[in-house]
Amino acid sequence: MLLDIRDLHVRYGNVEVLHGVSLQVAEGEIVTLLGANGAGKSTTLLSISGLVRSFGGEIIFDGRALHKLPAHEIVHAGISQAPEGRRVFGTLTVEENINLGAFISRDKEKTAQTRRWIYELFPRLAERRKQLAGTLSGGEQQMLAIGRALMSNPKLLLLDEPSLGLAPLLVRAIFDTIKTINTAGVTVVLVEQNARAALKLAHRGYVLEVGRIILQGRAEDLLSNSQVRNAYLGGA
Amino acid sequence: MEQFFQQLTNGLAIGGIYALIALGYTMVYGVLRLINFAHGDLFTIGAYLGLTLLTSLALTEHLSGFLGVGLLALMVMGLVSLIGILLERIAYRPLRESHRLSAVVSALGASIFFQNAIMLIYGAKYYVYPQNLLPNTPIFILGMPIPLMRILILLASILMMIALYLFVQKTRIGTAIRATAIDQAAARLMGIDVNRVIMIVFCIGPALGGAAGMMVGIYYGQINFTMGWIYGLKAFTAAILGGIGNIPGAMLGGLLLGVIESLSSAYISMAWKDAIAFVVLILILIVRPTGLLGERVAEKI
Repeated sequence: MLLDIRDLHVRYGNVEVLHGVSLQVAEGEIVTLLGANGAGKSTTLLSISGLVRSFGGEIIFDGRALHKLPAHEIVHAGISQAPEGRRVFGTLTVEENINLGAFISRDKEKTAQTRRWIYELFPRLAERRKQLAGTLSGGEQQMLAIGRALMSNPKLLLLDEPSLGLAPLLVRAIFDTIKTINTAGVTVVLVEQNARAALKLAHRGYVLEVGRIILQGRAEDLLSNSQVRNAYLGGA
Repeated sequence: MEQFFQQLTNGLAIGGIYALIALGYTMVYGVLRLINFAHGDLFTIGAYLGLTLLTSLALTEHLSGFLGVGLLALMVMGLVSLIGILLERIAYRPLRESHRLSAVVSALGASIFFQNAIMLIYGAKYYVYPQNLLPNTPIFILGMPIPLMRILILLASILMMIALYLFVQKTRIGTAIRATAIDQAAARLMGIDVNRVIMIVFCIGPALGGAAGMMVGIYYGQINFTMGWIYGLKAFTAAILGGIGNIPGAMLGGLLLGVIESLSSAYISMAWKDAIAFVVLILILIVRPTGLLGERVAEKI
């Protein structure tokens, strides 16, 4: 297993929001986390990245215990995240944002190569590289957030609601790109509200409900699961 | 005309000193959203350390004036930045997760501590900087004699500001500082060690403040353990004037405040110069609550 989360508990103040989440991600997979607002999907991703501290349980990545590491060392370990709400550095240019993604990289040649790849994936970013990130459209900012996260050449990419607020056509484009990124060898954990699109893209999925995993399985099984269909796929 | 020009250059020299101190306030505010009330006292420590090193090492006797004072300034900057780092570790870092007001109270406490520590060590009296450290012959600009010292002070502060600006804009660490100021959580997701960034900011700010303290000692010849209060207040005003959190804003605000003060004391009233400086601040905040560069240069730090 590339990523192994065992019995993760997280508290915000006195309120426990994750009550023992366990999930596994194998190398090369796309795994999606589904669930309603407040189910704990984002919290799970934030704990993997070390921005939220766990209260109990373990997060093992590539044989290392992540839950003991500070956030910046988790990036060094090979995990990066395009967080909820994109969080691009609005008053920096697109190119500065992209370069910040490679902050941990010392290898200039490799960084330039990755940057070329990202500009190939998202030609719009190349066109707008001198523009301030805050002036981009929502879709472009999402591309920037994903591109920036890829700049550290992660083994595992965490994506938090990449489709949020985007037009359907753009969602399709972003999901196609995620597929391309995965084919290039990057393992992906995808948090989504758009359950149907996520399950079509992913290999496996987990369904969270108020801080617990209630269902898990192969994506096609979840797609045809009646409970999932009723709750997350509009009952169709 | 002559008086105007003299006051203008004098104001620019003082303004350069304000700007150096203001940069410390604004950078710390940029990354921590904290007003470091102990910053004025770090400035005082710079003035006192400069004096102690000047008199005990007698560097200026062994080296030529400029080189000696330059070396000394570097030593003072190094020492004050060490104190700045300790200040952050002891007074601010343990309170990072608590309410913002706690850190502000801690800053006030640190300020009182520093002021009393200086008084205990040096005594509650005025000290006089050794005179004639540097040759103070007037330089004639447009036929008007300007004291060399004034020009040197202005040049030194402008050089330091340019160096800082280039550092923040062009280097990897500088970009990390800007990113941390914009969004700390996102910066951590980039692999930036935010604690290290904060340490670097608490190294740069106090270094500039300490250098400013030494400049005041050399320029006015007289220092005192409470001087950090009024200079700190003025520099804080300058930082707000330019837009707090904004580096070019602090530079502009400092220079502007120095000139306003100098001109108003010459043409309006010497006794009212502090009041006029603060009235200008109030007026600008009414018209532009974000400060002069607060919005136009949207980047905060």
